[in-house]
Amino acid sequence: MTLLSDRTALSGRRDPASPRPGPRLRARRWAGLLFVLPALVPYTVFVLRPLVVSAQYSLYDWNGIGAARFVGVDNYRRVLTSSEQLTPILHAFELILFFTVIPVCLGLVTAALLHGLPNGPLATTARVVLFIPQVIPLVAAALAWSWVYSSDGVLNQFLRTIGLGSWSRAWLGDFTWAFTAVGLVGSWVSLGLCTLLLITGINKIDPTLYDAARIDGAGPVQEFMAVTLPGLRREIGVCVTVTVIAALASFDIVYVTTQGGPGTQTLVPGLQIFQLAFTQREVGLASATAIVLMVLVLLVVTPLQRISRGAE
Amino acid sequence: MNHRVPQLIAGRVMLVLFMAATAIPFLSLFTTALAPQNTTPHGISWPSHPHWHNFVDAFHAADLMPLLGSSLLIVLGVVPVALALAAAAGYGLAVLGFPGARIVFGLLLVGLTVPTESLITPLYYQLESMGLLNTRWALVLPLMGLFMPFSVVWMRTFYLSLPKELTEAASVDGAGPWTVFRRVHLPLARPALSSLAILLFLWTWNQFLLAIALIDDPAKRTVAGALGAFQGHYGTNVVLLSAGSLLIMLPAVLVFVIFQRHFVTALLQGAVKG
Repeated sequence: MTLLSDRTALSGRRDPASPRPGPRLRARRWAGLLFVLPALVPYTVFVLRPLVVSAQYSLYDWNGIGAARFVGVDNYRRVLTSSEQLTPILHAFELILFFTVIPVCLGLVTAALLHGLPNGPLATTARVVLFIPQVIPLVAAALAWSWVYSSDGVLNQFLRTIGLGSWSRAWLGDFTWAFTAVGLVGSWVSLGLCTLLLITGINKIDPTLYDAARIDGAGPVQEFMAVTLPGLRREIGVCVTVTVIAALASFDIVYVTTQGGPGTQTLVPGLQIFQLAFTQREVGLASATAIVLMVLVLLVVTPLQRISRGAE
Repeated sequence: MNHRVPQLIAGRVMLVLFMAATAIPFLSLFTTALAPQNTTPHGISWPSHPHWHNFVDAFHAADLMPLLGSSLLIVLGVVPVALALAAAAGYGLAVLGFPGARIVFGLLLVGLTVPTESLITPLYYQLESMGLLNTRWALVLPLMGLFMPFSVVWMRTFYLSLPKELTEAASVDGAGPWTVFRRVHLPLARPALSSLAILLFLWTWNQFLLAIALIDDPAKRTVAGALGAFQGHYGTNVVLLSAGSLLIMLPAVLVFVIFQRHFVTALLQGAVKG
């Protein structure tokens, strides 16, 4: 190794002081780009270009077939002021409670109680079972849940068994409960991932920190606040980032369970974009909603990542 | 350690409860799938005469064989190419570098958080003008683009974790970047690539929005996309729909159980690095 690194120094290839790089070196400087270019082609054509086009569409009134009429920022004004367009955006933020807050809190409590997953049959089973919602298509999960929530479904069966039959209803068609019902499907999907991530993360916390806390006479709650919570900052950041994106950009679950109904009780921006673009043929408005959604996700996720990275 | 025992029991109870909550929808699907067709069973109840034949009927009704073939074609179209592109691009960014690499990396980071819904409208018209609408290419090509940010960042992170001496030692022997990539980095990247392959397989197999928006014919979609159409056709026949849903989930679940350890590692890492 020493010999090799000596030769590197002698050849001067990596010496910043060398006066003028030879032509071969200059070619080398750009070799990296050649490796990156093939990946940039599909990314540019199928992600960056559509983004730019979306921004362009958002300034027009267009039904997808006829002539487009330039309307400036009118579509954005509609997205940000009319209650019809604002409701879904509000729903997206409310979904964060179900997709993020509930699973992360439950996962944290479990992780704190277990202090890492013990080895054994329980751990193996938990790993397989809790991951199933991450593996199956969300559509299939949503179909299964529609059946759980239906008037003949498990939930009502359970309510009747414990004598609360008067509570039973078609949950997804209920104006008061449909949103909660859809949100809980999201909790169900995120719960396993968050729990396992947090349980794995707690294993990495230095055990002497816990000993020190105990010697200082800290109770379980103080120990949790002083050691566990800061120690899991990174894992919590990951759970929150992943699930917040899933909440803001949800589509599959809502499409299959309620199609946004009843009324617009469960309408979310993702589904609204789809309906505007392909059913109502309001391409301009759909694109403006799309851009707003993208900006919202960026605005929410960027600070989250900064917070969780700050821990390192 | 004695005071920890009740805590541990409480933790285990919670884990078991979570598992039960995870399993209930599937149990309910399963008992429903075994009931006589065109009846509406109630919640979870084991039928007196389980109709196993429902699964065969659902298999035919959903045209599952061509569907599995279609999904496989799409996966084969996306995953190997995406892996190759990402392996090379990650190397270019992490090991070689070039003027402007930071800008390229920044562009890719933007793509990490772009929701698919934000691209779907322009993608539709773009693919229409390319004459690719309603073909499997309408899924393969956009997915490749959509996977690039995550895949390249993933591979870049992996190469950065390798010791620098590796490259230096090889390049001193006069090997060009391509040779170093082929001989040194690519063989070392196998674990990172196989985890990435698992994630890309899942995301392709389960893709729904692109499938229903860009391909009208359910037989050319992914399995997940076709499930949406199946729901439309058999929405009233709860029994057949349940059997079909279970069959459609089966391949991914089977692959998952077989490669369980790989999957869990990949998904946990995927979450952390995403």
